[in-house]
Amino acid sequence: MNWLINLSGLALMALIVWWFWLSGAGKTRRATHGTVDIVVDDGVYEPAVIESNAGEPLSLRFERRDASPCAEQVVFHGLDVSEYLPVGETTTVTLTPEQPGTYRFTCQMNMYQGKLIVH
Amino acid sequence: MRTHHLPIQGATCQGCANKIRTALGAVPGADEIQVDLDGQEVTVRGDARPEALTRALAESGYGVEPAPESESESESESEDSDSTQSGGGDIQLSITGATCASCVRSIETALGGVPGVREASMNLADHSARVSGQAAPRDLIRAVESAGYGASVVDDPHRADQQREAREQAHYRQLLRHTGYGLGVGAPLMLWGLLGGSMTVQPGTASQAAWLAVGLITLAVLAVPGRPFFVGAWKALRHHNANMDTLIALGTGTAWLYSMVVVLAPGLVPEAARHVYFEASAMIIGLISLGLALEVRARGKTSAAVKRLLDLRAKTARVLRDGGEQDIPVEQVVAGDRVRVRPGEKIAVDGEVEEGSSRLDESMLTGEPMPVAKGPGDSVAAGTLNEGGTLIYRATRVGADTALAQIIELVKKAQGTKPPIGRLADQVSAVFVPTIMLIAVAAALVWFNVGPQPPFSHMMVAATTVLIIACPCALGLATPMSVMVGVGKAAEYGILIRQGEALQTAADLDTVVLDKTGTITEGRPALTRVLAVDGETEEEVLTLAASLEAGSEHPLARAIMTAAEERGLSPRSVSDFQALNGKGVSARLDGATLRLGNRRWLEQQDVTLALEDQAAGLSKDAATPLFLARDDRVIGVLGVADRIKDDAADAIRRLRERGLRVIMITGDIQASADAIARQAGVDEVLAEVLPEDKAREVKRLQGDGAKVAMVGDGINDAPALAQADVGFAIGTGTDVAIESAAITLMSGSLHGVADAMAISRATLGNIKQNLFGAFVYNSLGVPVAAGLLYPFTGWLLSPVIAGAAMSLSSVTVVSNANRLRFFKPGKHRADQERSRAAV
Repeated sequence: MNWLINLSGLALMALIVWWFWLSGAGKTRRATHGTVDIVVDDGVYEPAVIESNAGEPLSLRFERRDASPCAEQVVFHGLDVSEYLPVGETTTVTLTPEQPGTYRFTCQMNMYQGKLIVH
Repeated sequence: MRTHHLPIQGATCQGCANKIRTALGAVPGADEIQVDLDGQEVTVRGDARPEALTRALAESGYGVEPAPESESESESESEDSDSTQSGGGDIQLSITGATCASCVRSIETALGGVPGVREASMNLADHSARVSGQAAPRDLIRAVESAGYGASVVDDPHRADQQREAREQAHYRQLLRHTGYGLGVGAPLMLWGLLGGSMTVQPGTASQAAWLAVGLITLAVLAVPGRPFFVGAWKALRHHNANMDTLIALGTGTAWLYSMVVVLAPGLVPEAARHVYFEASAMIIGLISLGLALEVRARGKTSAAVKRLLDLRAKTARVLRDGGEQDIPVEQVVAGDRVRVRPGEKIAVDGEVEEGSSRLDESMLTGEPMPVAKGPGDSVAAGTLNEGGTLIYRATRVGADTALAQIIELVKKAQGTKPPIGRLADQVSAVFVPTIMLIAVAAALVWFNVGPQPPFSHMMVAATTVLIIACPCALGLATPMSVMVGVGKAAEYGILIRQGEALQTAADLDTVVLDKTGTITEGRPALTRVLAVDGETEEEVLTLAASLEAGSEHPLARAIMTAAEERGLSPRSVSDFQALNGKGVSARLDGATLRLGNRRWLEQQDVTLALEDQAAGLSKDAATPLFLARDDRVIGVLGVADRIKDDAADAIRRLRERGLRVIMITGDIQASADAIARQAGVDEVLAEVLPEDKAREVKRLQGDGAKVAMVGDGINDAPALAQADVGFAIGTGTDVAIESAAITLMSGSLHGVADAMAISRATLGNIKQNLFGAFVYNSLGVPVAAGLLYPFTGWLLSPVIAGAAMSLSSVTVVSNANRLRFFKPGKHRADQERSRAAV
C-alpha cells in the first residue's frame, strides 16, 4: 500500500513535468494572409502558438473575453511590443518580426502564455 | 400594451438617459421606458403612438434621423456590437493584412464600390481607412474582406470607454457577489468548527447526512462562484499551461474531494482522519474572489493617470460651418474646421488661433502650472483649458493625430514595457505554477512517509495549503504595477517616458549633458547692444542691419528685425542679397556693399575691423557679436544673445544637489559659452563642438565610465540623444513624438530632468520593494504551508489562512504601487503652485 502511494505520487510529479514542460505545447496556427485571430479567455490564448516568417508583417487580432485584469495587456517579449486589450473588444496588434526565433507573448503577469515562432 | 424599440444616438451618460426618460415620459401612453446606453436603444412599453415617441426623442436631441440603411445598420450594430455611425458621417475602419501601396488602391476601390460611400481613403501608416457617406459598417467590412484583407470598425472612443467601464464595474460586482457566496457558506462552517462543533464524520449517524448536504452546498459554491477558476484551469491544462486558476482549482478541488470521500465512504479513511474541509473550499473561493475584487479596484487607480488624460478629451466642439455655429461630436471635426472655444471650455482638437486672445491652462499636458497667453497665429492643443476670453481657431490635427491622443498612446505603450529589473520575476513566474504543483505533491509524500498520524488528512492539508498560498500574482504584478503608476505619475508632470527601461536607467545616472541653445537658453536670441563707430549713429547701424536681414530666416536675423521694429526703424530695400551659411549676409544699398557677419568672414573679405575691444566685451557677456561693414570698413557691431531660461539655474542646482555632474555642450565659442555657463551654474563646459560631434562627446564620457543623460531639442541633437544612456528631448509645448529620446519633457523646463530622475528613483525603489515582498512572501509562505515548521513548533497552516494570505499578497503589491501616486518629485513644484495661486 505504502509503495503504491509513493509511486503514484512520483508518477504524478513526472506527469506534471512532462505535461507542462516537456511535451509540445498547444495547437499551432500558421499565419495566413499575415492575420491571426486570437481569443483571450479563461486564462489561455487560443491559439497559443503562432508561426510566421521573418520580415513578414503580422496582424494579430486579440479578442479579449476575460474580464479579469490579468488579461488586460499582451506583451511580446523581445519585440518591444505591448498592447492594451479592452474587454469585449478585438484589438489588432501589428508587428514585423525581423529575426527568426521564438518570442513569448504573455499577459503582464505571465499567466496567459503564448509563443510566436518566426522562421 | 405594445413595445416600441427606438434607436438613439449621442446618449453617452446616465444624465442623457434621464433626459430621454423625461422626454418620453411626457408622451401620453408611454408607461415604461428603458434606456440601453450600450446598445443605443430605448424600449418603450405602453399605448403611446410611435410618431409621438419619435418626435419627443428628436426634440430631446438624441433621436436618429431615419436613414435608408438604418435597418441594416442597426442590425450590424447589434451583431458586431461595434459601430457607431447612424446618420452619416465618417466611419473609421482598422484594416489588417495591407502591406503595400497597391493594397491601398484595392481597398479603396473595394470600399468605394459599397453603395452609399461618398469617399474612402486608406492610411497605410496606421492601417486605417476613413469612409464617409451613408454605408453600413457591416457592408464595408464585407467589401474589404472580399478584397482579401481584414477590417473592423474603430469605435467612438467615448462610448467605448463607457462600455469598458461598465464591463469592469460589472466584473467587480460579480466578484463581490462571489465573495458573498463563498464566505456565506464558508464562514458559518468555520465558526461551527471554531466553537467546538464536530468537523468529523460518524458513519451511520445523522452527521453523515448533514455533511453530505453541506458537501453538496459547497459543490454549488465551487460550481458557481468557483466556476471561472475551474474553467480557466481546465483550458490552461489542455494547452499544457498552468496559471493561478490551476492552483486555486486544484487546492479547493482537492479539499472538497477528500471531504466527500470522508462523507461517502468513511470506511476508506482511518477514524482519526475523518475530518471534512468543506469550509476551506468555500472560504478560499470567497477570499480569492474578494482579493480579485480589491485588486480590480486598486488597479483602476493605477491607471488613473491614463484615465485622467482620457478625461481631458472634449466631447463636443462648437464648429463654425456654413455661416452658422453648431455643436458636433469631436470625432466629426475635420482638419480645416473653424472652432470656437468659450471661457471655461476645453480645446477640442489641435489647431491654430485665428481670432481672439486668451490664456490657456496647459498644465494637464505640459505640467507647467502657469497659464499661457494665446493670440492669433499661436497653436493650441486639444485637452487644454481656456481660462480667459473666447478664441476661434482652425483645426490642424484631429482624432488620433492630436498631441493629446499621441500622449495617451505613448503613456499606454510605455506602461506595458518592463525595466530589466523585472526580468528575473518574469522568468520565475513563467515556471512558477508547475513548480508549485511539484512542491505540493512532494510535500504530501513527505507527510505520508514521515508525518504523524493520520497521514491522509495531513497530506491533504499540506498539499492544499501549498497550492493556495503560492501567489504567482504578487510576483507577476510587482513590476508592471509600479511601472504603470510611475509612467503615469511622470505624465502628470509633463514627462513622457517611452520605455520602462528608461525608468531604471534614469534612476542611476551620474552625468547630465545639457545642450545650450533651447535647453538652457530660451532658444530665441534677442539684440542686446548696438555699437557704432564715430560718425555713425546706432539707429543708422541698426537700420542698415535690419535692411540686410529683412530677407533672411535666421534666428539672429529675427532678433535684429524685432529690435528695429521696436525702435520704430523701417528697413530699406536692398539688392543682390546673399546669405552665406555660417558666415553672414551681404547686399547692395545705395551703391555700397553692406556685409553683416562674423569677424572671421569679414577678415577673409579684407574688411578693416573696428570696435574689436567692445566686441570682445560682448562675447564675455554671452552675446554673439555681429560686425556690420560698409564696403571695406566696419561701421558697427551688434550684440545678439540668447537669454537663459528663468528656472534653468534653479533646475541645474537641483541636479547638482543630487550629486550629478552637469555639463553644458554648445557650438558657441568658448567665451560666450563660459558666460552662459556662469549664469547657469554648470560644472563643466564643452564649447565649440560641432553639432555632429555631440554624440561623440557623449560617447567619450561614457567611455570614461559615466552614465550619461543627454538633454537636447530632439532634432539637431538626435544622434547625441540616441547615444546617451537616457536621452531627454526638450519639447516646446506639446511636441510629443520625439522618437530619438527615451524621455520627452513637454514643459521645456529643465526641472523636468530632475523630476524625471526623482520619479524614476521612486519607481525603481517601489519595484524593488514589491519584488522583494513577492519573493519573500512566496519563499517563506510555501515552505511554511508545506509544514516545514511542524517538526519544531507543531504548526501547520490552515488552508483558509493560506487563502487569506494569498489574496492579501496581491492586494498589497497593487496598494504599494498605488502609494507612488502620492509621490512628489521636488519642492519647487510646491513653490510654483503657490505662485500660481497668487496669480
